Amino acid sequence: MSRRPLVREVPPTSWYFRHPRYLRYMSREITSIFVGAYCLLLVVGLQRLASGPTAWEGFLLGLRSADSIVFHLLALAAAVYHATTWFNATQKAMPIQIGEDFVPGNVISGAHYVVWVVLSFAILFLVGVF
Amino acid sequence: MAKSHKPVVWFPFAAGGTVIAFFIPVIVVLTFMAALGHIPPGLSYEKMHAFASNGLGKLIIFGVVALSLWSSAHRLRCTFYDFGVRADTLVAIVLYVAAIAGSLLSAVYLLQI
Repeated sequence: MSRRPLVREVPPTSWYFRHPRYLRYMSREITSIFVGAYCLLLVVGLQRLASGPTAWEGFLLGLRSADSIVFHLLALAAAVYHATTWFNATQKAMPIQIGEDFVPGNVISGAHYVVWVVLSFAILFLVGVF
Repeated sequence: MAKSHKPVVWFPFAAGGTVIAFFIPVIVVLTFMAALGHIPPGLSYEKMHAFASNGLGKLIIFGVVALSLWSSAHRLRCTFYDFGVRADTLVAIVLYVAAIAGSLLSAVYLLQI
């Protein structure tokens, strides 16, 4: 009697609906679409900045539309989701050992959060938001 | 010893992931304020031009944009695969070429400032 090899059928386009963990993974994957699109916006901004004051001011005014506000909200949510999941993963990706003991994971991720908040407020301050 | 090109892709990916996590949210906040009509004083042409004229400023801008582009391209490649697009080589070529082109263009624009 020949045994058929066990082949599991994995639907290539809908596998992530099988488990909430896969859905969380895919929701993080999707953030790359908005972050990538935002990076392209930054390249366009640099081109406008290099073209002189009128072009730059036109670029800033061009951001003032309903579409742009929606895009920014999506990009902000995606960027923040990327950042928090990235910092949460640092304790798994680079555990630190001192002597016999490992530094607690929360300390590693927590340190990243502290640096993130300080850096963000420093940049907002330097740009004159407050 | 087995040789792999993966570190070449992976180093900028990890560096880009870190750069995106630390810098992109706050940069989005700044352009979001402009979108709402409250342009932060630091985004004026004089301030931005002065920052981008400085060698260190150019390096910071290029580092943030190029690493973020590369990391996004690599993550988008994985996203395409996970959504069932199996033409991985084609997807990889298109995305990496776009990331490299975007980085080169950024460098050209920065050198024009």
